[in-house]
Amino acid sequence: MRRRSRSFRFTMFVASALLLWTLALPIGAHAKKVTVVTSTTDMAALTQEVGGDKVSVESIAKGYQDPHFVEAKPSFLLKLRQADLLVVVGLQLEIGWLPPLINQSGNPRIQVGAPGYLDASQFAEILEIPQGTVTRAEGDVHPLGNPHYWLDPDNGRRIARGIANKLSEADPGDAAYFQQRFQDFDNRLTAAEQKWEGEMKPYRGRKVVTYHRSFPNFAKHFGLDVIGYVEPRPGIPPTPTHTLELIQLMRRETCKVVLVEPYFDLKTPQSIGRETGAQVVVYLPSVGGEKGVEDYFKLFDYDIDLLIKAFSATR
Amino acid sequence: MRALNFLGTVLLVSLPGYAVQGDTPQAASANPDNAVLMQKIRDLEDRVIALEGEIRQMKAQEAPVAPPAAAPANAESNTHAAGPTLQSQVPTLGAVTSGTGTQVVLGGAGGSAAKALNPDISAIGDFISVAGHNPVQPSPSLEMHESELGFQAIIDPYARGDFFLSFGEEGVTLEEGYITFTALPRGFVAKVGKMRSAFGKVNTLHNHVLPWVDRPLVTNNLVGGEDGIDDAGVSIERILPAPKGIFLEATGQLFRGDSGTQQSPVFRASGKGDVSAVAHLRSYRDLTESTNIDLGLSYARGHNNLGTNFLTQLYGIDATLRWKPLRRSIYHSFIGRGEFTWSQRQQLPSEQRAFGFYTSGDYQLGRRWFVGGRFDRSDRSEFANLTDQGASAVLTYWPSEFSQVRGQYRYTRYAGNIDTNEFLMQVMFSLGAHGAHPF
Repeated sequence: MRRRSRSFRFTMFVASALLLWTLALPIGAHAKKVTVVTSTTDMAALTQEVGGDKVSVESIAKGYQDPHFVEAKPSFLLKLRQADLLVVVGLQLEIGWLPPLINQSGNPRIQVGAPGYLDASQFAEILEIPQGTVTRAEGDVHPLGNPHYWLDPDNGRRIARGIANKLSEADPGDAAYFQQRFQDFDNRLTAAEQKWEGEMKPYRGRKVVTYHRSFPNFAKHFGLDVIGYVEPRPGIPPTPTHTLELIQLMRRETCKVVLVEPYFDLKTPQSIGRETGAQVVVYLPSVGGEKGVEDYFKLFDYDIDLLIKAFSATR
Repeated sequence: MRALNFLGTVLLVSLPGYAVQGDTPQAASANPDNAVLMQKIRDLEDRVIALEGEIRQMKAQEAPVAPPAAAPANAESNTHAAGPTLQSQVPTLGAVTSGTGTQVVLGGAGGSAAKALNPDISAIGDFISVAGHNPVQPSPSLEMHESELGFQAIIDPYARGDFFLSFGEEGVTLEEGYITFTALPRGFVAKVGKMRSAFGKVNTLHNHVLPWVDRPLVTNNLVGGEDGIDDAGVSIERILPAPKGIFLEATGQLFRGDSGTQQSPVFRASGKGDVSAVAHLRSYRDLTESTNIDLGLSYARGHNNLGTNFLTQLYGIDATLRWKPLRRSIYHSFIGRGEFTWSQRQQLPSEQRAFGFYTSGDYQLGRRWFVGGRFDRSDRSEFANLTDQGASAVLTYWPSEFSQVRGQYRYTRYAGNIDTNEFLMQVMFSLGAHGAHPF
């Protein structure tokens, strides 16, 4: 009995010490900067463009990581609990990992529906919205449409405008600054777009195959034709039958480029390349996928450069 | 309304385009820039049409189920008697089909909007087949072990709700059902309801996220068997300040004091005062971007089935090492786990002090294949001098994220040198939208 009461006293001591420690904490002091956490690097890059030095931005996922399968690590909670604003891609891209993080964050500002929660998909043009009944016989379909929408500069502009407006709400004192930053971004983007479109013009209508369905917005903007996917269905790894069909399709259509996201295995794409003489290109769907690709402009520079090389080599 | 505004804007933008097309078709085809413009306009047109269709559809769905327009004025009568409410819906149906008047929506109900607010519903099937003889813990040869129904939704801006109903082949239990208050001040997160307690790691996991078919011996012998410490009560957790890069979280829970399965009870409340408590301290650290370590300390205290004067206390340490290279995260990963549990059970003639642990490793070979092993050893809580031990090898195949086939070979040497060799097969499948589980 004596031992029990001692251990009980000890646990009570630990518990009360913990309680005191928690209560003694200062109330989350608001820094001057707006603290923004984004689910992906692309949203972080766009936030940085319009937020400038009035925000501190951090992304949860890395640019070279599959954004569908991010681990909900507790270290992300440390970021989320400090956040004033959470920017997500939406359309269920993060459904597998973000909801528990938001719940556990203990941060009322960024809960779904709270003013500090921003779903960027509301601003963008969304493609491949399934019509009629959706079943998982079609693989890991996104019932609300394709969430890889940021690879279209026009969408980038729309998202940036949305974020700038949100930042202005969060920090009205700097609203003019954010709007001015957006104007500046808009101008630079328009100029860059003209350059990119000029560069891509000779290759309009070129046929490509991508690993995952993460390319429709880019393809639409720059007039490329995605004729097939290495995955038989979204989220389902390649099967021999499908690969064979794809090879035949590529031969028929004389498609010479296979685009692969950096987080997929290259074995199947490379064997497709050998069979069809197509170039296998590891393109970047997100900012930060490679060293030096650290903003939204460099992402397009990088990908367009790769595409042009691949297209001109397979003319 | 927002959709209509947007539609209006799009129409305004696209109308001038129409004019251009009508007036100067030759010019358009001559100038390639114009052609691009034309294409865009055509796309906009398509989207307008699609939007119009969508709005039409929404309206069509909304109409038949819309609540009575007259009823709100008379809201009290709704709560008093069902009769008038039912009657008042009849004229409304007619009113709506005539397509006039504004519709008042009561409490978020009505048509497609109501459907959109339905909780996420999921069902997970867990089928287990066991071959081999086991006189100590017999299991059926073929069994629909569990069908778990999940209902999950955000309740209001301050809370979310989660229900998990577990159906055996006969009988239902509420595995979990709780509200989580996510918007409390000072970073506190509170749960109220019935929940799996925070004692260690395995105790928090639902069957379908376990890396094995069964639960470790130490769970069966000391921590309440398959149900574990799963009880009605209150839970409060908070992230604690810690040196940079370290995540520290404390959880305190208070329960009624009834936990465990019939075969392996842990806590039993003989009176209202026999509540049980669980405390958990979790620390986590990223070693690199692909490797991290997770350590936990747990303590649980409650009254056992001998009565109010007999306490059972549990102490636990859990450790998890995870590795997952970010660039190939869907192909390779490793998780090493270990949980060590000490039990002090007051009983007559003397207190029993038992110890048990398991260690396991799971390696992902490829996108669909996992291989793993587990070593088990545990005393029995009521007879601490009896020790069971065993080892398992596990192979898992994932056709997709939503189904899984698993085989497990299990060798157990129960106290008294009773050797068993069993082969377990499991098929699991998931329907609907099942919310992600915490890491």
